[in-house]
Amino acid sequence: MEFNEPAGQNLFDNARLVGKPAARIDGPLKVSGLAPYAYERHDVVEGQLYGYPVGATISHGRILSMDVEAARAAPGVRAVVTTLDIAPLALGMLNVARLFGGDEVQHYHQAIAVVVADSFEQARAAAGLITAEYATGDAADFDLHAAFERLQGSGDPDTLVGDVDTAFRSAAAVVDQMYHTASISHAAMEPHASIVDWSDGERMRVWTSNQMINWTRGSIATTFGIDPELVQLESPYVGGGFGGKLWLRADAVLAAIGSRAAGAPVKLALPRPFVMNNTTHRAATVQRVRLAAASDGRLTGIWHEAASHSLPGGRGENATAQTPYFYATDTMRVKHHIVAMPLPEASDMRAPGEASGHMGLEVAMDELAEALEMDPVQLRIVNDTQVNPSEPSQPFSERNYVACLETGAEAFGWSDRSATPGQRREGQWLIGMGMAGAYRGTPVRPSGARAILENGRLIIETDMTDIGTGSYTVLAQTAAEVMGLTLDEVEMRLGNSLYPVSSGSGGQFGAASSTAGVYAACMALRGEIGERLGYDAPEFSDGLVVSGDSSQALADLQGRFEAVDEMTIGNFQDNYLLATFGAHFAEVAVHIATGETRVRRMVSTIDAGRILNPTTARSQLIGGMTMSIGGVLSEEMALDTGRGYFVNHDLAGYEVAVHADILDQEVIFLDTADAVATPLKAKGVGELGVCGVGAAVANAVYNATGVRVRDFPLTLDRLLGGLPELA
Amino acid sequence: MKAFSFERASSAQAAAARAAEVQGAKFIAGGTNLVDLMKLGIEAPEHLIDVSGLGLDRIEETDEGGLRIGAMVSNTALSADVRIRRDYPVLTRAIAAGASGQLRNKATTGGNLLQRTRCPYFYDTAQACSKRVPGSGCSALTEGAFSRQLGVIGTSDACIATHPSDMAVAMRVLDATIETVTPTGMTRRIPLEEFHLLPGDTPEKETALMPGELITAVTLPAPVGGIQRYHKVRDRASYAFALVSVALIRQPDGSGRVALGGVAPRPWRLAAADAELPNGARAVMARLLDGARPTEETQFKITLAERTLAALLLEE
Ligand SMILES: Cc1cc2nc3c(=O)[nH]c(=O)nc-3n(C[C@H](O)[C@H](O)[C@H](O)COP(=O)(O)OP(=O)(O)OC[C@H]3O[C@@H](n4cnc5c(N)ncnc54)[C@H](O)[C@@H]3O)c2cc1C
Ligand code: SF4
Repeated sequence: MEFNEPAGQNLFDNARLVGKPAARIDGPLKVSGLAPYAYERHDVVEGQLYGYPVGATISHGRILSMDVEAARAAPGVRAVVTTLDIAPLALGMLNVARLFGGDEVQHYHQAIAVVVADSFEQARAAAGLITAEYATGDAADFDLHAAFERLQGSGDPDTLVGDVDTAFRSAAAVVDQMYHTASISHAAMEPHASIVDWSDGERMRVWTSNQMINWTRGSIATTFGIDPELVQLESPYVGGGFGGKLWLRADAVLAAIGSRAAGAPVKLALPRPFVMNNTTHRAATVQRVRLAAASDGRLTGIWHEAASHSLPGGRGENATAQTPYFYATDTMRVKHHIVAMPLPEASDMRAPGEASGHMGLEVAMDELAEALEMDPVQLRIVNDTQVNPSEPSQPFSERNYVACLETGAEAFGWSDRSATPGQRREGQWLIGMGMAGAYRGTPVRPSGARAILENGRLIIETDMTDIGTGSYTVLAQTAAEVMGLTLDEVEMRLGNSLYPVSSGSGGQFGAASSTAGVYAACMALRGEIGERLGYDAPEFSDGLVVSGDSSQALADLQGRFEAVDEMTIGNFQDNYLLATFGAHFAEVAVHIATGETRVRRMVSTIDAGRILNPTTARSQLIGGMTMSIGGVLSEEMALDTGRGYFVNHDLAGYEVAVHADILDQEVIFLDTADAVATPLKAKGVGELGVCGVGAAVANAVYNATGVRVRDFPLTLDRLLGGLPELA
Repeated sequence: MKAFSFERASSAQAAAARAAEVQGAKFIAGGTNLVDLMKLGIEAPEHLIDVSGLGLDRIEETDEGGLRIGAMVSNTALSADVRIRRDYPVLTRAIAAGASGQLRNKATTGGNLLQRTRCPYFYDTAQACSKRVPGSGCSALTEGAFSRQLGVIGTSDACIATHPSDMAVAMRVLDATIETVTPTGMTRRIPLEEFHLLPGDTPEKETALMPGELITAVTLPAPVGGIQRYHKVRDRASYAFALVSVALIRQPDGSGRVALGGVAPRPWRLAAADAELPNGARAVMARLLDGARPTEETQFKITLAERTLAALLLEE
């Protein structure tokens, strides 16, 4: 089915199930520990051995030699393969660092060996016996700020509108500040883990934890130079991805190599330090944001220039991602520089670019509001636009940003905020309020599915993944809706390369794209049923298929009806800019003496088309808000600039938010319908919660204390100098 | 984890004797620190002596009017004990500020005192660390190193790590004494003040215990009353080690005692600094942190310690 014009009135406008709250259908499996996550799939293949990785302990250089004698002789060891034993493996899709093979070291903890043994403990102990001699590379420069200073102004702008310099010269108010964000880890609860059976060196079966089944299957084929048809990949449950599991990573590669060497299936999970330094992360950014405005608050110029690190050939973290599209402005200059550094691979993490970019842009907007003596909500309203600011002929398909701002301000009680910082005190705590806007693009990808009606039972198969987002549930709601069934009459099968290729999960495209794919497949199944029954224009409701005077219960249909279809997206969508919007409000308490910051309450208002299931969507938002509290207040991959690696590589040293950090969170959905986005008129919500929440918190901290921090995370040492003298 | 042998000790004295006798032996109590270190290859004992079943899990009153806390009393039981809550509230507050409920259920009084540093380089066996491998050097003191969590005083050119315990900071302000049994069956009493060693040139030597010596109890003198506070400052609200913590006992006349956590290789307290309490936080810290040698990244701890104490003094 092709989606080739904006959706008209359709069955989702009067839906029974889609758009209504529903608890996760996979919830009972998860809370009872029965959901089969990759590392625990003991039953899928007999004779599983244990793999354990060895990582490089320099940031870059060459391996001169490795000593594996002791490891080979250690108890229980079945195979040891080092990176020197095989030629460099090819790079899979969007992989930048080589995952294995050859003597070159590109980053700390790049895999250099895998040990396979009868038990996990034996594999780990043997891995600890492997030593390597290195020739370290030339001293590297890890100073991103200095690199930014060198690069500033160079290169063609990524976006250029009008004469920015003149706008800045004639502005009534100007903000010009530098912002820094730290490198951040996805830190998913479930580490990267795979079981691989490549015992015969021919067919490869992979049970893994991955967001994108088809990409990763292709990447395995590319990496090992084999036919993708030989690879079968399953990932029905993913314990958090956040972009860290979009790609093929070393867990699957090492398990495959270990399996081939040992002639048996091998399971391998990356130890937590490897999650930090072996897999990908969100790169640190340096940003200069300059804003120029007329006295009424209208932006006359936006200048956003940023830099981030990456291995050569990577994409870094483009903090300017939202800037060309967010606010109306007369002129604009936007540029992102990538600075090559031999650090672990920088790549996508939840709202890549935007999450960091909002820290610069939305704090700068707060600063501009203050310079103009204007309310920050009002400043954003004044600068709303219904067209793409960098391409004014392109309208937004739907943009209700102003409604987000107004509804959120009302619900939060924004009018109680004092515009002058440092005014409100409760005991030893300074109280402040802050807000920020949120912008995130919402791509839609083609997505396929198979719908089967077998002896009255509806089964949906698609390689779509559920990374904790609720895909099982929203896809079941969609299928039940279209087929006129109830939720419990649908069986969902996800995350298997044997099933039709879907959008996968990432870039907040998953739910909107894959529900459209399931819709297409179910419509095809309706056609198939109608045809086989000889029903003209059949209708499906209340468990029945009806045509004129004839009707039959789907439950009574004998045999198997099957249809495969894919929703593809027509070019018409290019005429529009598709995006989601939000307004985040936060109240914080900052300890007057220590600078400890607690986020006391938050309200987020979200404009993201039709909300497919308010229960699961709310979880996406509060999850994002929670991640953002960690991101703005405590998360930082601490870089040792002498050694070139992230030092705090465990969950004790890398501090995500804990329960005690999370108090009151409220989410309000505008719940509209974007007919341009998909037939279900839905968009993504998964990444909006990490766009702007951190800036709202930072702005609230300023409002509480009068201390403007522009380097994140906003840890208390950055506040101390500006807090009041104590008697 | 290397293979190891395991035995359950029959008595405290037998445990100590065995520990001195068996090559590479270590005690295991709750295991919440030691097992982690073994998994990471930081410690590799060849033999473990389980001391959790020795009946050292009672809190008894002493003839001096204080309490004798068995070395195996769990952190949960200790912090919840009514006598502790009533007469030594700083200890309850400090323990409750540490780790998590599950860990405190397993963690013991003796093990807590002997938990090892959280220096991130100590935790990465690929990096030089003289505390882990004597004489290998200190990664935290090199150019570009990450030292934000580490110590500012009592440290040396060989090691700037801190002792991470919260419980010990409160015990220090309470003038606790450690009771041990030696491999020859002698009982020793070591003031907590002298228990944790400063690193000097030998950061691997962390305590005054002799090989095989087993902690049997911690004694607290008779209650001293006063207002007792523990403020632990960290980057998130829970489940993190202290950047700085302050244990304070303050008497109605303004006199009192102060100990700091998160800044030194031992709970940090000086009599001369206590004497400055009536003169305020700045005066106390001028003494207590005199001679501090922070890194650029730990400089803030000096200010933070003073401000945290100042806030406690302003409370009430
Ligand atoms: C995730 C995490 C967070 C934590 N957070 C905090 C925190 O915020 N604050 C805090 O203070 N602590 C914290 N801890 C540390 C925790 O308090 C210690 O792990 C615990 O107190 C150790 O006690 P244990 O009985 O488990 O010791 P074990 O692990 O059994 O032993 C530790 C050491 O003591 C030795 N030992 C044990 N008993 C004796 C004895 N009787 N005599 C002689 N030697 C003995 C052992 O040989 C070993 O070397 C945390 C730990 C973890 C894992
Ligand atoms: S500070 Fe101490 S524990 Fe840390 S690396 Fe240096 S010697 Fe090791």
